[in-house]
Amino acid sequence: MNDIDALSFESAFAELETIIDQLDSGALPLDESVALYERGRKLSARCQSLLDTAELRVSKLMEDGRLEEIVTWKP
Amino acid sequence: MNDTFSVAELTVYIRDLISADERLQDVTVQGEVSNMTRAASGHVYFTLKDSKSQIKCVMWRSNAERQLRLPDNGDSIMVHGAVNVYEQNGVYQLYADHIRPVGVGDLYRQFELLKAKLDAEGLFDSLRKRPLPEFPHTIGIVTSADAAAFQDVQNVLRRRYPLARVVIAPTLVQGADAPAQIVAALRRLDAYGECDVIIVCRGGGSIEDLWAFNDERVARAIVACRVPVISGVGHETDFTIADFAADVRAPTPSAAAELATPDSAELRYGLDELTRSLDSAMHMQLEQRRQAIEDANRSLRQLSPLAQIRNARQRIDDWTARIDRGQQARLHLLRERLSARAEALERANPKAILKRGYALVTLSENGERVISAREAKPGTGITIQLHDGELKARVEDKDTHERYRRTLF
Repeated sequence: MNDIDALSFESAFAELETIIDQLDSGALPLDESVALYERGRKLSARCQSLLDTAELRVSKLMEDGRLEEIVTWKP
Repeated sequence: MNDTFSVAELTVYIRDLISADERLQDVTVQGEVSNMTRAASGHVYFTLKDSKSQIKCVMWRSNAERQLRLPDNGDSIMVHGAVNVYEQNGVYQLYADHIRPVGVGDLYRQFELLKAKLDAEGLFDSLRKRPLPEFPHTIGIVTSADAAAFQDVQNVLRRRYPLARVVIAPTLVQGADAPAQIVAALRRLDAYGECDVIIVCRGGGSIEDLWAFNDERVARAIVACRVPVISGVGHETDFTIADFAADVRAPTPSAAAELATPDSAELRYGLDELTRSLDSAMHMQLEQRRQAIEDANRSLRQLSPLAQIRNARQRIDDWTARIDRGQQARLHLLRERLSARAEALERANPKAILKRGYALVTLSENGERVISAREAKPGTGITIQLHDGELKARVEDKDTHERYRRTLF
């Protein structure tokens, strides 16, 4: 379940939506439902923390193709 | 035509006169712009005047969007269009389809020619336009690194969607070298390969300042990009060839940054909604199961041996009560019958007759009943039974009916 920390915002968001659909369908055994719910909660927390800590990183693409960091805007 | 007109009829009559005049339907007028208004609908209203007269002008949105630049108040312009009557207000107006400033005709002609050429090639075809990504990871920017426009774009992105990464390919945005640099910057970003969307932008300026974005090479480079391109050049009223070539045209650089990104405030809201849905979906799951357990418990209680014994006991009580009731009814019936019989018997008891003064006569020697006078000879001992006892007697004489009658008659 540590893979959640590596998920992008939209991947986590999309998976959260899928989990809710699965839970809503009501066709799952209880232990699977509980596992899905716990994962959903972690995905939600991941999205939240991404939004809270995101800092806009700006870099410059040089003519020779090098990438040069210019500035990182703190939240 | 001596009839009286209604106002509407007169207005229609005048309208028909004007619209039937070919010269008025294809006219170019020169004058100065005043009362310039751009409505929310996108339609543009202004007045064209000179020292002696003025005429109201309308330009529908579809035409307004095709103008290189919409005029400001005080500008001297040439307007092409058709004169017609706005019936509701009873005014004639110039319905403009094309505007160009007086004096800079050459640039405008170039613009129109290039636009027509690229349009004919299908470069501006709406079917060619690509949809923008919903969550861009990397946003490429083609603009001048020192310009206010780039600062504006960064401010918008910081506020709206700091999850994104920005990569600028710096370029000149005005002057003779600008078009070639813009093309190179676009290609560099495209070759870099990580951009999900590219913004080509520049702040406001004169027509000449913006001219690099009316370059054919720039238009073709935009179309050639593998990812969607948003243009944001100048102000809302400025239109460039780059705008037509881009997948999405934004009125300003800031607006381009907004169009490129989702709003994180909305994302937070959406995330809250989703999290609530997650909780309630889980709650529903648990609730359904709790309900199922409760139902099962109820069934179980009903099916238990104890409940069955309780039911059987109840049934026995019921049956016993029914049997009791049946017995009672039967006894009652028998009692009724018995007393009816007893009464009948009582009525038939000969002794009852004795009470009314009759007597029962039997032969004393053998107890045989004496019915007829002839049965007892004189001297025979008889017993006369009365209701309260017996008399022993002896027959002294007897008289049959015949004799008895004779004595009477």
